[in-house]
Amino acid sequence: MTDPLVRMTGIRKKFFGVPVLRGVDLELYAGEVHALVGENGAGKSTLMKVLAGIHKPTAGTVEVAGETLELSSPRAAQDSGIAIIHQELTLLPDRTVAENVFLGREPTRYGIVVDRRRMAAETARLLDWLGEPGISPTAGVRGLSVAQQQVVEIVKALAVDARVLAMDEPTAALADHEVELLYTMVRRLTERGIAVLYVSHRLTEVYDLSQKITVLKDGAMVTSRPTTQLSSDQLVRAMVGRELGELFPDRATETGDVRLEIRAGGNDRLRDVDLTVRAGEIVGVAGLQGSGRTALAQAVTGVDPLARGELLIDGRPIRLRNPRAAIAAGIAYVTEDRKSEGLALHQPVRDNALLVRRASRGALTGVRQRSVPGGSTDVDDLLGRLAVTTGRSNDEVRYLSGGNQQKVVMAKWLAIAPRVLVVDEPTRGIDVGARAALYELLRGLARDSGVAILMVSSELPEVIGMSDRVLVMHRGSIAGELPAGPTEEAVMELATGYTTALANGGAT
Amino acid sequence: MTTIALPARKVQFRLDATAIVYLALFALLVIGSIVVAARGGGVLLDQAGILKILTGCTALGLVAIGQTLAVVAGSLDLSVAYLIGLCSLVTAEVMAGQGSMMLPAVLAALGVAALVGLVNGVVITALRVNAFIATLGMALILKGVLESRYTGPAGSTTKDFQRLGYDRIGPVPVSFLLLLLVAVGAWWFLARTRPGYHMYAVGGDIESARVSGVRTSRTIVLAHVLCSLAAGATGVFLASRLGSGAPYVGTDAGYDLQSIAAVVLGGTVLAGGRGGVAGTVGGVMILSVLDTIFDDLGVNSFFKDVVRGVIIIVAVALYARGRLARRRLVTPPAGADQ
Repeated sequence: MTDPLVRMTGIRKKFFGVPVLRGVDLELYAGEVHALVGENGAGKSTLMKVLAGIHKPTAGTVEVAGETLELSSPRAAQDSGIAIIHQELTLLPDRTVAENVFLGREPTRYGIVVDRRRMAAETARLLDWLGEPGISPTAGVRGLSVAQQQVVEIVKALAVDARVLAMDEPTAALADHEVELLYTMVRRLTERGIAVLYVSHRLTEVYDLSQKITVLKDGAMVTSRPTTQLSSDQLVRAMVGRELGELFPDRATETGDVRLEIRAGGNDRLRDVDLTVRAGEIVGVAGLQGSGRTALAQAVTGVDPLARGELLIDGRPIRLRNPRAAIAAGIAYVTEDRKSEGLALHQPVRDNALLVRRASRGALTGVRQRSVPGGSTDVDDLLGRLAVTTGRSNDEVRYLSGGNQQKVVMAKWLAIAPRVLVVDEPTRGIDVGARAALYELLRGLARDSGVAILMVSSELPEVIGMSDRVLVMHRGSIAGELPAGPTEEAVMELATGYTTALANGGAT
Repeated sequence: MTTIALPARKVQFRLDATAIVYLALFALLVIGSIVVAARGGGVLLDQAGILKILTGCTALGLVAIGQTLAVVAGSLDLSVAYLIGLCSLVTAEVMAGQGSMMLPAVLAALGVAALVGLVNGVVITALRVNAFIATLGMALILKGVLESRYTGPAGSTTKDFQRLGYDRIGPVPVSFLLLLLVAVGAWWFLARTRPGYHMYAVGGDIESARVSGVRTSRTIVLAHVLCSLAAGATGVFLASRLGSGAPYVGTDAGYDLQSIAAVVLGGTVLAGGRGGVAGTVGGVMILSVLDTIFDDLGVNSFFKDVVRGVIIIVAVALYARGRLARRRLVTPPAGADQ
């Protein structure tokens, strides 16, 4: 085999004395996709940032094409052909495509005047090279779709003459159908001899794309093998030490009365929605991006209320004008965007957990004081039971892992002892180990306290593994309903609209 | 090779903020002319009226152009008003009525201004003090200097130098032409040069800028130095108008908040990253035209301030609405988490 393009040897990194990487070796070859997997906190992002010159390693060396790098700044890494695509899009929405692509490296005349013509031409050339000539270099980024923005992000990375491209959870912001576009992009990159380091939680992507897999756990390398020699069971075991099938708890054996019902509901994003969720039941909502999944969640929770039709809680019709009314009716909403909508990141855990209860003190009076499982709404107790790492209730939330942050969001809603719980993408950005805990938590709520749960998710395995029934949405209405444990094909058929007519005939 | 059919967004036609500002300015001139004529206030845009509007623009315009740079870079400067007073004094005192000291006086004033801007920038970037607090602190320090050393006007500028403030070509003051020159320069700087690009980047998203290799601290410091230089130039100009330096010439006119008001009225987003000099100049002119109309109508000063306040709030609300509507369209639905 040829020499590796990048060779990282014995990389160690400590943050405030805490070791995050404990001597990791990694080799990247030109034209190869190398997947880096591991739970949150395993050190994936840190390793990537060491490569990109954002973090300086405590020990260890990085060689690119045989030359040892002095990795001290993002710029130095860029100069040696290393580019990174961050988890969040780092584009400036108010600037044009070309301005974003060349941000920080604008070509100039006389050393100061930006050569806008050259910048646009170069951008057009790169877009063309990537096979995306449809995006105009002078278009504003704000007007692009997320998938197009991802393309711009890649072009931006390539503009440094990248030989190595590190991608951190590149699909986190993408909808399902956009992921396929990203695959095509990544394959084109490798065809052109670029080495790709691909960090992802989603094992499907890892198997679809990579030639090699390296698993990190607690800052050390567990295994590094060609993808073909590592089964998904082995992979999951290497990451968390448990089997994939054990991720989901048992389904409901019995359910109660109808808790939540919508009759002929609609607004400007939804039409003719009929659904019921019983006490103790978890109903999954699947569908493509833009199919109305989130719109449904927002309608039920008063964020974007129904304009037509009826919504009933425990058989009583209720008009939800705003989230406050929904909360008063016992409806909790765990939003998909945990960081901006779910948490006050700079506030302590405890205050976050108390947020809803404090805010709705007035709204809740008059409502029967309900109790949470275990008979107490005491928040410390609650946090303890959710197994948010104990003794940290005064820490600011932003220091917690994704999984623990999500538990805090859950805690804040459980503090009002909800009757209906709506969760949107409950495990986005959460590693496999912490997912199992959240699944168990959701199931426990349904089983032990009779909460009716509506679970919106774009991850099919999750919808299929967790739900007692699955509603599939398509173009703002419910395209069909499937019983527990449907196949992915059945869900996708409904979601893409192939069988809408048929399913409408068969569905309740 | 196949091209992926990327879903394109519907492009909406929408006037950008700068166009709105100038349309508003035009509308204001038309309506103002009619109202002034109807209420017997004479002609709004006669020679005297134009002169008054343009003169009113010059000082505020200079400060506001500098302020635009700071705001675009995601910062702001509350110390400009006292700095203007200080620089007018430096100019007049160094000059002390001597023609030969004209250039050194101007350079001294600008030097003081640049130094103040440098300190502002360094405090904000190196000490990581919020810009609001850092420049407020600087304002108080300058206030202390002015109050302890001056009780009133001091120094004097030469007759020649005062021509800078009073010469005009027809109804157009020379100083206004100089302002336009500065405005074009600042526009060119922001829209065409690398440091200008970086100011938008830093103001738009400082973290994105940093990981893209932009030297963020340097950019913020530069924005503050230029902002202070513009304030310094305003001080020099006012020294020329007044014939002497006056400690409170900047604060009496409320140039700190007025300049920020003009910047946001011109469509620059207070949070940074969006906007520009062209809008600011329009904003300044709107404020100046309003003043002139009110004077022609003999409106009392309370009413003036109320109207000014309402206009600024309404304008910013309108811009915010436009942006909100657009953001709705394109927010990545799956909040790019983690």
